[in-house]
Amino acid sequence: MRTLSRRAGLAAVLALSLLGVVACSKDSDTGSSDEKITLNVGLFGDFGFQPLYEEFKKTHPNVEIKERIADFGAHHQNLAAHLATNSGAADIEAVELAYISQFTSQPGKFHNLLDQGAGSMESQWLPWKWQQGLSTDKKSLIGLGTDVGGMAMCYRTDLFAKAGLPTERDKVSALWPTWQEYVNVGKTYQSKAGKGAYFFEASGNMFRAMVEQGQTGVYDNSDKIIVGENPDVKKAWDLTVDAIKAGESAKLAAWTPEWTAAFGKGTFATIVCPAWMTAYIEGNAKDAAGKWDVATVPGGSGNMGGSHLVLPKQGKHPKEAYELIKFLTSSESQAAVFKKTGNFPSLPKLYDDPSITGFSKAYFNNAPIGKIFSDAAKAVQPQHMGPKTGDVMTAIGQGLGRIEQGQQQPDAAWTQVLSDVAKLQ
Amino acid sequence: MRARFYRFDQATSPYLYILPFFVLFGIFGLYPLGYTAWVSLHDWSLLSDEHPFVGLKNYGELLADPYFWNALRNTISIMLLSTVPQLIFAILLANMLNRKIRLQTLFRLGMLLPNVTSVVAVAVIFSQLFGRDFGLINWILETLGLGRIDWQAGTASSHIAIAVMIIWRWTGYNTLIFLAAMQAVPKDLYEAATLDGATPMQQLRRITLPMIRPTLIFTVIISTIYGMQIFAEPQVFAGSNAGALSGGNARQFQTLTLYLVENGFSKGFEFGYASAVAWVMFLIIIVFALINFVLVRRVRSAS
Repeated sequence: MRTLSRRAGLAAVLALSLLGVVACSKDSDTGSSDEKITLNVGLFGDFGFQPLYEEFKKTHPNVEIKERIADFGAHHQNLAAHLATNSGAADIEAVELAYISQFTSQPGKFHNLLDQGAGSMESQWLPWKWQQGLSTDKKSLIGLGTDVGGMAMCYRTDLFAKAGLPTERDKVSALWPTWQEYVNVGKTYQSKAGKGAYFFEASGNMFRAMVEQGQTGVYDNSDKIIVGENPDVKKAWDLTVDAIKAGESAKLAAWTPEWTAAFGKGTFATIVCPAWMTAYIEGNAKDAAGKWDVATVPGGSGNMGGSHLVLPKQGKHPKEAYELIKFLTSSESQAAVFKKTGNFPSLPKLYDDPSITGFSKAYFNNAPIGKIFSDAAKAVQPQHMGPKTGDVMTAIGQGLGRIEQGQQQPDAAWTQVLSDVAKLQ
Repeated sequence: MRARFYRFDQATSPYLYILPFFVLFGIFGLYPLGYTAWVSLHDWSLLSDEHPFVGLKNYGELLADPYFWNALRNTISIMLLSTVPQLIFAILLANMLNRKIRLQTLFRLGMLLPNVTSVVAVAVIFSQLFGRDFGLINWILETLGLGRIDWQAGTASSHIAIAVMIIWRWTGYNTLIFLAAMQAVPKDLYEAATLDGATPMQQLRRITLPMIRPTLIFTVIISTIYGMQIFAEPQVFAGSNAGALSGGNARQFQTLTLYLVENGFSKGFEFGYASAVAWVMFLIIIVFALINFVLVRRVRSAS
């Protein structure tokens, strides 16, 4: 009896280990158009697509859509990893401007939208937005543009009033034609606002805005990193350091919980405000309705951020996925998204559409944000972005952070920034 | 025939029983280890299709990189700050739970609660507690008139914050292991000691600790290995911005695993370099385990 049970046990163990080997071979199916398919959409943050999915399903009853949302940083890191390992990417992925060049430099990893006939739609987009989705050799298009981030400056009217500054948006815009004047206004603000009040939230954002307004930024047109060579970058750095030293920065790092909480507490008075930022302000400071307003950004216009929707080659349903992104980036969809979330369309046809230009939001003291962001988007001079723009900006942002946190003097921080970005080349 | 089969069964069955573990270990442990070593000798970027052999170049670059040494220092500092208090607390708690107290089972089960909580949830909550502007701890410090601390900004303060997360999570786990060992200590030893007039503290030092030494060694080694691989706590502590993997603006709390992931999964996907980091970490952990082993053997032969 004993040996019997032992043998039975042995057989069971062997059977189990065999089972383990067999149980992992199941092929995914490729289906016809009637078959139920699921499209995964990978995003960072809420793009306001939910109602649009429902509408899309009306014309495509066989398509199921699943959205997965990750943090900004993690989203792009994961996407790059999923592309490199050829598994795990969603059918549709959002890519932010800072990372788009990294992906257009490897077009083989994506379905070429020109093969699907996207070429005929080129004239609908802002020319530079379209260009950003093209591969280096211009032979393939990896993504369609969703929004652009024409810049404005959002400010708290109540805090401005307390500090004795004008609150009316045209007068506020007139305070800061240049960034130098913006920093000077900040000094006035700091002298009157008292303890625990700051002029802006994060020095990295201010720096990024200045650099992205220039003709060239951290890369030249041949994809060489020119942080050390471009005088505009150093000028922006010096001015930002000046503002930090004047105590204008709340020393927050964007996208951290402290940063999010600070909106609600109203610890800072201004924030560089690309169209998509309005959604974060509204979401993070629900009870500050009517206190925020929107003025023009110092230094002329520029573009900060904005995204594309791309189709990784791993996706098994390129046809349906293409139809979905075409729908999500159509003028009706982009207009609807703007009104819901604030993400501003990349289709110039809408910039003269009265439903956009006449759009205002009670939250922002009825500021005509449709008009403000239309004007900003029209005035944008495109800038070339290299493959690692996101990483370069992060390295510089950390350098400014080291100065803010008192870990380094500005000169040492700049030296370290230069050696950090040299490793990225 | 039957007898022969029986002997064969006797001789081989034990090996077959343990075989599944070793097969799995071979597939998921040994093979990746060897493959990682192979990858570490190449310029293996995930973004390119060619992976030229470069010999020990990755290791050379690694040892010359000040950020690597910084990460190693941070890791050891956080490991010591978390392991030492954690084991001391665990011994004291286990000693208390080893007595006859009310609601014994409740307390013993409660010990394990922090450990079954998701590490990310723990890190998220503690990051909020240690927040600079709106954190509970700074609020208490300020109420006491001690002033705020920017926990993330400083090297020591950030290490302490991370160590607290680890201590909170692992003290209960170690307590239960110690408790199990303490219950195996013969009770008459304590009775005799009590008759001789030994205080509870003396009993702990002279009876309990020597008797549970093998368990102590085990926990020290396990905590050390865990401590060398700390990842989730500092990563979540840094927040969800794009630079989270560098562990603060000045890399003041970047651990070795963060350094590994930063090189492997963010900057250019240098898998060759990241594999070299992994191997160096592996060797460092072995060295630490050996040091532990030798130290503990010394202690044992001395007593």
